[in-house]
Parts: sequence; structure tokens; C-alpha cells
Amino acid sequence: MKKLLLASAAMALVSNAALADGHSEIKIGVFLGFTGPIESLVANMGPAAEMAIAEVNDSGALLGGAAVSSVRGDTTCTDAAAATAAAERLITSDGVKGLVGGDCSGVTGAALTNVAVPNGMVMVSPSATSPGLSHANNEDEGLFFRTAPSDARQGVVMTEVLLEEGVNEVAVTYTNNDYGKGLADSFQEAYEAAGGKITINAAHEDGKADYSAEIGALASAGGQRLVVAGYVDQGGSGIVRSALDTGAFDLFHFPDGMIGTALVENFGAEIDGSSGQHPAPSDELAAAFTALVDGKFEATSPFAPESYDAAALIMLAMQAAESAEPGDYKSKIMEVANAPGEKINAGELAKGLEILANGGDIDYVGASGVELIGPGEAAGSYRVVGFENGEEVTAGRK
Amino acid sequence: MDLLNALVALANFVIVPGLAYGSQLALGALGVTLIYGILRFSNFAHGDTMAFGAMSTILFTWWLQSMGVSFGPLPTALLALPVGIAATALLVLLIDKSVYRFYREQKAKPVILVIISMGVMFVMNGLVRFIIGVDDQRFADGERFIITAREFKEMTGLDEGLAIKSTAALTVVVAIIVVAFLFWFLNKTRTGKSMRAFSDNEDLALLSGINPERVVMITWIIVAGLATIAGVLYGLDKSFKPFTYFQLLLPIFAAAIVGGLGSPIGAIAGGFVIAFSEVLITYAFKKVAGYVFPAWEPDGLIQLLSTDYKFAVSFSILIIVLLFRPTGLFRGKAL
Repeated sequence: MKKLLLASAAMALVSNAALADGHSEIKIGVFLGFTGPIESLVANMGPAAEMAIAEVNDSGALLGGAAVSSVRGDTTCTDAAAATAAAERLITSDGVKGLVGGDCSGVTGAALTNVAVPNGMVMVSPSATSPGLSHANNEDEGLFFRTAPSDARQGVVMTEVLLEEGVNEVAVTYTNNDYGKGLADSFQEAYEAAGGKITINAAHEDGKADYSAEIGALASAGGQRLVVAGYVDQGGSGIVRSALDTGAFDLFHFPDGMIGTALVENFGAEIDGSSGQHPAPSDELAAAFTALVDGKFEATSPFAPESYDAAALIMLAMQAAESAEPGDYKSKIMEVANAPGEKINAGELAKGLEILANGGDIDYVGASGVELIGPGEAAGSYRVVGFENGEEVTAGRK
Repeated sequence: MDLLNALVALANFVIVPGLAYGSQLALGALGVTLIYGILRFSNFAHGDTMAFGAMSTILFTWWLQSMGVSFGPLPTALLALPVGIAATALLVLLIDKSVYRFYREQKAKPVILVIISMGVMFVMNGLVRFIIGVDDQRFADGERFIITAREFKEMTGLDEGLAIKSTAALTVVVAIIVVAFLFWFLNKTRTGKSMRAFSDNEDLALLSGINPERVVMITWIIVAGLATIAGVLYGLDKSFKPFTYFQLLLPIFAAAIVGGLGSPIGAIAGGFVIAFSEVLITYAFKKVAGYVFPAWEPDGLIQLLSTDYKFAVSFSILIIVLLFRPTGLFRGKAL
């Protein structure tokens, strides 16, 4: 029995090696937080990335018929050491040629500086939004891209929304982490530059027992609206509850972390007249992607379209560079993502690969309307949200 | 008029929330202090006992609500409270019989019991999450406010509003009733006296014929009652989420230690000291100062410490008390 096991194990090894020699199989790492605080989002992001990979594999058009497959790695969203180890494994032992990920800003930064840059590996993150990840001075050696917009952009959009509504004095509270702090700071910079006044910019901790101290300080500082850069499942809702109960603020402004069905469930008509915004593809793109996904996962879940696009960009760039090596194709990502060229939507990856193989140019639109700016991050299109009669309504697009 | 406005602003953002939070901490600290006084260890599972009590009350409240039972302007949860207390008492007695009694008979050192209580804490932690889940649960019904900020402004014509939530008022009233009952019980009844005797000197109490197992059992039942009431009041006033009960453990212990572990009066005083210091020291006095000195227009917020430091405040007080008065403000037992 033991011998049989040994023999079959040896056989498996040999046949594996033989296969690897026979075909040139390209592996792409799907490096997302399959466990941890955003596991419910990743449940849709992971399959979205894998769908793009499967689509290209089925087309057989990549680099003259190379097979392409995906390997999963877990970022955990919060544990930088675990994320670094997972990235290390994907690159050195699985031999991936590109990473879709990471997801949360903190672990993405850690994996980028500790693993991806030393190994010259391309990372395309679908969801890390911290402005701290914008590498204006090429610290990332041109290896890092993201299909989600930086929160620096959200700060500017937020400023426009508020000023258009005639709000020029606000109080700000943010959740005390990379996301909250980054967003609050970029908003403060944009808002003050545009002539707005921020009365206080104070942190709150998530999951705390009592927020009366925070509300006391915010109320004392005053302002026309309270900007809550937090999480709707966490302290953000506690802050809003407390502000409404004490009559400190009646109107709020909610960035992306607060927009969700839970917000309306929790507060209903109490937040009527408030505003908010979150990154979202246009309705036409969302409808097209939903039809393409056909119920395999939740197509409108946050960052699922961005995940599909991240994987697609990597493979299209490989085709454009005629090489699966990160060092060769990293410079092609901006080219395939932006004009000029023929527009490629989600589900048309085979057509895109075809055009590139024939030496043509493409402008990848994808599931989220990809447009890369600056050091390779999405320009971002935002849905402006209003609240009327206890319902969340679309108030415009930015 | 301006002075009135200043007073109202202060009441709305400091005094009312401080009183409600203080009462919640005081009820929690009373449970911790009773266990410490009579069973002689720090019960780290107390926060999760509160969560379990609140959870069983919530489940019964939901059932009552589905049957169409309501308590008029008061929350239905009050009707479900006895059932919650009974379920919690059963659980803690079961844990005592299966875990703590073994170590009591071994005469285990207090530090060992503390570690055991941490184990119990994790088990209860998991149990609550397993039954009701990790998310926020809402179960409050009835009138939410005695007076809202808007009504107050219209009534008085002042610029500042004063909101009093019915749950906050309820918390204070229930806390007063429970504390009065507890003091009556400990000081006037035979069982209460035997508990105090057991707390003062275990050997003497045994010699005078007090049944230790009975004292232990009654202590656990009272603690289960206190924990459930504290947990439900907290859940009504804020919201029920298992994780926040775990977080509550720290301020509750701070309150019990500042007041003096083992001293019931100390637990109550400690609860209010911690609650008010957290709110008061981080309060921005800009608005209040603006009303009191209209000529003075401060640029800053007149805030002693940013709210980030509110936990540092309670722990600084804890350290200062332990340095200069190790037995706490009300002469509890030394740690």
C-alpha cells in the first residue's frame, strides 16, 4: 500500500512536470481577503477575477494559445505578515505572472513593498483606495496599478457635491484606520482649497461602547453637516445614532464606507436631506455586467466589476507586450486601458486579444469603465446619493 | 438667557449622556465587585455574561413582539427581563457547578480562577455569537424620547436643545431601584448578612454554620440578575452587538477598581467617575464658553484632550488611584 502511494505520488510529480514543459501555462494570483473583515465582498470579487481569467482561457487567444489559470492567496485584509507570506508563496512557489490584489489598503502596501517590488511583480488592486498608495515618484517601479479610484479623488468629488449644495462649513469624523484617515485628510485638503471650512476633524474608534464624548466635541465645533468617513456596520452608525439622538446634527454626508442598505435600514427618514457618494460604474455598464455574470455571483457587489477589470488588464497587457513577464508587460497596462483604440467591454476579451495580436490598439472599458490616470489608478466615476422619504436615491454622477 | 443656553448645551452633551453611561457602568461594576468580594476573583467573563443575558432577553422580546404583546410606552424588553435573568442564572450556575466548584474545592489561588474566568469568557463569547450572530440587533420599542431636542427648543425658545431619551431615563431609574434593593438585601436580610460574613472572613463564617454552597449560589444568581439588567439597559440605550460587550469589560473593571473592588458603593461611584471623566475631559467647551463670555470668540475648540484619548483618561485615573490609594476610593480589598 505504502509503495503504491509512493509510486502514484512520484507519477503525479513526473506528469505535472511533463505538463508544465509541454504547454506554457500562465498563472495569475488572485490575492484577496478571502477571510477577514471584507470576506463578504471578496466572495464576489474573487469569482469576478476568475471569470475574466476563465474567459481568456476559453478563448485560447492569449499569446498564441497559452493556457491561463488562477491561484488564490489570502490577504486577510488586516494581517500584513500573513499577506506578505501569501504573496511570497504565490510568486516564488506557484510562479504567478501577475497579481490581482490586494484588497485592503494596509495589506496591499505591505505586500507591494515587501514582496512585489523586490520580485518585480505587477499588482493590480481592485479595491485599495488609500491615497498613500499613489506612487507619484515611481517608488513602485511602475508595478502597481488599481482599478479603484484613490480616495484623494473622492475627497475632491465630495468637495464638489457639498459646495454645489451650498454647504461651506462641516464637521468631520473618521474611523481611525488607513482608510478613514486617508479619506478625511484628502477631503480636508480639497475642501479648504475650495474655500470650505472644517470646524473639527476628529477620529472615532470602531466597535466602542459609547460615542457621547465624540458627539459632544463635534456638536461644540458645529457645522452645516457632519461628514462621517466610517463604516456603516461599525462605529459610523453609532456616531450617526448619537448625533441624531442628541440633536447635534440633522444632516450628514456619507462617503463610500457608509453607503449600504444598512444605512437606510438603521435610520430611515431620519437622515432625509443628507448626501453622499460612492464609486460605481454607470447604470449601462452595471446592467451589461449583470447580464454577463448571469447570476454566478453578485455582479453589483462593490469592487466586483473592478476585480474583473484588474484581471483583464493584466492579460491584455501581456498580449500587447507579447510576453507574460511582468517586467515586459508592466508598461503596456496604461496603453491598453486608455484611448486611442477600439473600445472593449466586459465579455469581449477575446476580441481585444485578437486586435492586439494583429498589432491594433484597444481602449479597455470593461465592467467598471476603466480609465487610468496619474501613476496608474482609476479616474473613478462616482454616484452621488441623496436621501428622500427614507429612501436612497441617485442624485447625479461625477 | 445665554447662561441658560450654556447650561442646556452642557446638560445635553455632558450631564445626560454621562449619567446614563455611568449607570450602565455602575451596574456592571456591581456584578464584578460582588464576585470579587464573595468568591474572591476578578471575573473576566462578566462582559459576556451581560451579552448572554441581553441575548436571552432579546430572543424572548422578539417572541413577545411576534405575539403582539407590548408594554405601552415602555420597551417590551422589560417584560422579558425575568426570563433573561432566569436563563442567565441557569447558565452561570451550570458553569459554577461544572468549572468553578472544582477549583474552589482545590482552594485554587485567585490568579488561577482569573485565568479560568478568561476561558469561560471565550466560551460564552462563542456561545452568544453562535446563537444570535455577530451583527447589530435591534429590539427597542415604545417611546424613544421623553423630550427631543427640537421639542425642547420650541417649548423654551432657547437656541440649544436638550434631548432626553426614554432609555437613558429608564437606565438611571432602574439603576437606582436595583442598587436600593441590593443594599437592602445585603444589609437587612439574613441571607445578605451571611453573604457579607462570608466575604469578611470565610473561616469564621463556616464556623458559625453558614452554608458556603448556598452563599455561592445566591451570589451567582444576583450577579446574573445584575449582568442581565445592565446588558439589556445598555442594549436598549445603544444597540446590541456581542463585540461591544466584550469592549465594555475594560471600563467596567476600571470603575470597580477605582471605587474599590469588593465595595458596592465604590462600584457605583467608580462607574460615574469613569463615565464623567471620559466625557468631561474630552468635551470641547467652545460653544459653552461662547454663551458665557459673548465678547470672547475663541479660535480653538477649548478642548483639553482630543476624544482619541478618552480611554487614556479612564486608565490614567485608574493608575493614579492605584498609586495613591491602592484599595480604591472606598477602601475595597487590596488587589
